[in-house]
Amino acid sequence: MNEPRTQLMLCGGSGCHSTGTRAFREALQKELESQGLVEEVKIIETGCNGFCAVGPVMLVQPEGIFYQNLRTKHVTHLVEEHFLKGRPVPKLFYVEPASKETIPNMEEIPFFQHQVFWAMRNKSALDPEVIDEYIARDGYFGAAKAINEMSADQIIEEMKISGLRGRGGAGFPTGLKWEFASKNSSDIKYVLCNADEGDPGAFMDRSILEADPHAVLEGMIIAARAINSHQGYIYARTEYPLAIRRLGIAIQQAREYGLLGKDILGSDFDFDIDIYQGAGAFVCGEETALMRSIEGKRGMPRPRPPFPALRGLWEKPTVLNNVETFSNVSQIILNGGQWYASIGTETSKGTKVFALSGDVANIGLVEVPMGISLRTIIYDIGGGIPNKKKFKAVQLGGPSGGCVPEEYLDTPVDYEEIVKLGAIMGSGGMIIMDENTCMVDMARFFMDFIQDESCGKCTPCREGTRRLLQILENICNGKGKAEDLVALDQISDVIKASALCGLGQTAPNPVLSTLRYFMDEYHAHVYEKKCPAKRCVALLKFEIDPNLCTKCGICFRNCPSNAISWKKKEVAKIDKEKCTQCLTCYEKCKFKAIL
Amino acid sequence: MAHVERPQHPDISNDMFDKIDEIIAVNRPRPGSIITALRECQDMAGYLPVELIDYISHGMNIAPSEVFGIASFYALFSMEPKGRHTIKMCLGTACYVKGVKQIMSRIHLEYGIGDSETTEDRRFSLEAVRCLGACGLAPVMIVDKDTYGALSSDRAVEILEKYE
Ligand SMILES: Cc1cc2nc3c(=O)[nH]c(=O)nc-3n(C[C@H](O)[C@H](O)[C@H](O)COP(=O)(O)O)c2cc1C
Ligand code: SF4
Ligand code: SF4
Ligand code: SF4
Ligand code: FES
Ligand code: FES
Repeated sequence: MNEPRTQLMLCGGSGCHSTGTRAFREALQKELESQGLVEEVKIIETGCNGFCAVGPVMLVQPEGIFYQNLRTKHVTHLVEEHFLKGRPVPKLFYVEPASKETIPNMEEIPFFQHQVFWAMRNKSALDPEVIDEYIARDGYFGAAKAINEMSADQIIEEMKISGLRGRGGAGFPTGLKWEFASKNSSDIKYVLCNADEGDPGAFMDRSILEADPHAVLEGMIIAARAINSHQGYIYARTEYPLAIRRLGIAIQQAREYGLLGKDILGSDFDFDIDIYQGAGAFVCGEETALMRSIEGKRGMPRPRPPFPALRGLWEKPTVLNNVETFSNVSQIILNGGQWYASIGTETSKGTKVFALSGDVANIGLVEVPMGISLRTIIYDIGGGIPNKKKFKAVQLGGPSGGCVPEEYLDTPVDYEEIVKLGAIMGSGGMIIMDENTCMVDMARFFMDFIQDESCGKCTPCREGTRRLLQILENICNGKGKAEDLVALDQISDVIKASALCGLGQTAPNPVLSTLRYFMDEYHAHVYEKKCPAKRCVALLKFEIDPNLCTKCGICFRNCPSNAISWKKKEVAKIDKEKCTQCLTCYEKCKFKAIL
Repeated sequence: MAHVERPQHPDISNDMFDKIDEIIAVNRPRPGSIITALRECQDMAGYLPVELIDYISHGMNIAPSEVFGIASFYALFSMEPKGRHTIKMCLGTACYVKGVKQIMSRIHLEYGIGDSETTEDRRFSLEAVRCLGACGLAPVMIVDKDTYGALSSDRAVEILEKYE
C-alpha cells in the first residue's frame, strides 16, 4: 500500500470526544470510503491538540490546515471540496473574534502564537501508534546518542546544564536527582514514571501520553542509562485507558525495534519498561506511596530519608520523574543542555505545560516558555474572561497550591516567584475564576478533596484537615464565628509543620492563600452572613429585591424549574416551593437584584 | 493454586470463576500483583463481593485482612454491586467552578442517589471522579462510555433519561 498522501490528525482528547469526535470520525471514514479516498487520506486520532475550546478539531497534514467546531453535517462538503478537489473549506477555519478574520493555518491562530512546543512537540504531528513516525521526527536519536556516545556522567552533566526541574510539582532539579541515584551502587535500580496525574483540574500528562508515548519511553531509557538501571515502570492512572493502551503499543514496538529489552541498539545495555495501573488514590502520586503501591500494598507514604535515590522501590535505588519531565529529556540530550536553558528565567528553564480552564475564553492545553507572565497566558493566549465578567483569581497547583489575584498577574511563570505569592507552579492546573466564584467556597472545595484523600496515617493531616473542612463548611453555611478565622490559621500552621508527607504539608495552602487575598469575603460570610459572589446557597434568600429589579424578565426565561413568575412591566417573583436552588437566575440577572 | 471451594454467589457464574482462576494463576507468582488481580477480577464480576475477595486472597496466598485493607484503600474497588449504567460525574476544579454541585443535587433529587450510591432498581450508579480531561466543556460527565460536556442540570437529566 502507498503512503497516504494526506493525514487527518483528528483530536481524540476527551474534550473533543464530548463534542462529538466519534460520530464525526465515523461519518468521515464512511465518506472517504464511498469516495474511494481511503488509500490516500488517513484519519489518525491524536491526543488533545490543545485548543479544546473549539473542538472537535482536526489538523490536515502536511498542509497544516486547521479545522474546528467540526460536526457530522460538515463531512460531505469537506470531503468533496478539500480531499477530492483540493480546495480547503474556509467555513470551518478559525475565526478571530475581534477582527472576524478567518485563519487557515494553526500557527497563525493567536491561541498558539505565544506558545513554544517542546514537551508537546509531536502533538497532532504523528500517529502515536506508529513508531516509525516518531523516529522520523528525530525519535530515539537522543537515546542512541546517550547510549553510544555518552558516559553516565556526561548525561547527568547535560541534564544539570539544562536546568530542567521536575514538572510533577516539587520542582526538584532532574540532573541532581539522577546524580544521587547514579552514585548509589546496587545491582538493581529502578526508573519510574509518575503518570498518576492527581491534580483534579489538570490533564497535561495524559495528553502527552496519548499524543507522544515514545517521548516518555525515550526519556526513561536515557535516565536508565544515566543511573544504570535495567527495569522501569510507568505508574499510570487507571482512568486513562487510551494513554495506557498507547503506552502498551509503544513499549511493544520499541521492543521489536531493539530499543527496549536486551542489548539496546546493539550496545550491551539492557532496559525494559512495564506499565503498572494505579487504583484511584491521590496520595499514590507521592513518591514513597507510589512505590508502596507498585509493591502491591496500601499506598501510604513513609518518612524520608531514606530518599528513593537510596532506597526506593523494593528498597532499591530509584529515580521517579513525571511524564512531562521525561518528555523533555531526549531533546535536551540531542540539542544540549545549553539549548534548553536558552529560554526561561534564572532558576526556571525551558517550557511548562498548563491545563488552562475555568472562566476563560480559550480553554485548553498550553505550553509556554518559563518567564512568560500570567497575564499573557490568561489574556493573550486564553482570550480573557468571557461574558463580560471580571477576573477574580487564578488558581495554580490544585489542592497543594493557591490563588493569585489581579494585582499580581504580571508575575512571571517561575518556581520561586510563584511561591512568593503563596501559590506553587504545581503540575500544571491553571484555573481561572471570575467574579462569580466564592473564594471561601473554593477553599472548602479543596479541603473537601484533601480530607477525602488523606490516607489517615498521621493525625495532624487526618484530624486537622477534617477540622479545617468543618470550619469552612460552617462559614459557608452561615454559622461562622470570629474565632474560626483565627483557628483556620492556627490549625493550618500545625498541619504544615507536622504532617508526614507532601499531601498534608501542602493541604492548608488553598485556605491560607484565600485568607491572604480574600479576607473580605471571609468577613462577609462570618460577620454579615453574606456570600458576595452569591454561591453559598445557605446564605442566599432566593428573593428578588423590587427596588433593584428592572423587570427585564431574563431570570424568568432562564429558570429551568419554572419557579419564577414575571409579566411585562412587573417585578419578577420566585416561588420557593418550586425553586431547586440551581443559581441560574443569580448568574443571569445583570442587575444583582436577586438576594 | 490452593484449592478453595468456590463460594455460591448470584452475581458470579461458573464461567466467571474459571476466568478468575486464570487471573489468579497468572498473578500469583508475581510480587506485588494483588492490586492487578483485584482490578482484573472486578472487571470480570462488575464488583468485588466479600466472598470473592476472600476467594482471591486464598488463591493469591495473602492474608484476607490484608486484601480487604487494600480493596478498601483504593477508590477503584467497590464491594457493592453497580447499576446497569455508571454515571461518572466530574468533580474536578474546573467543573466545580462551572457549577457541577448543582447538577449533583439535581441528580440526587431526581434519582435519590449521591456519590458512590446506586439506585434501588440498579439503573444508575453515581461516582464522583476528578478531572476527566475535558475541562473545556465543564461541567462534564461520562455515562458508561459516552462523554457529555457543557451540562446544565436539565440537560444532565434529559441525557440520563435515555439510559434505561
Ligand atoms: C500528595 C501528592 C501527590 C502527587 N501527585 C503527583 C502526580 O500526580 N504526578 C506527579 O508527577 N507528581 C506528583 N507528586 C510529586 C511526586 O511525589 C514526585 O515529586 C514527582 O513525581 C517527581 O517527579 P519530577 O521530579 O519529575 O516532578 C505528588 C506529590 C504529593 C505529595
Ligand atoms: S500527611 Fe496525610 S496523606 Fe500524608 S501520610 Fe500523613 S495522613 Fe497520609
Ligand atoms: S433578571 Fe433580575 S432584573 Fe431582570 S427580572 Fe429577573 S430579577 Fe429582575
Ligand atoms: S435558583 Fe434556579 S430554580 Fe431557583 S429561581 Fe433561580 S433559576 Fe429558578
Ligand atoms: S480535547 Fe481536542 S483539543 Fe483538547
Ligand atoms: S475538571 Fe472536570 S473535566 Fe477537568
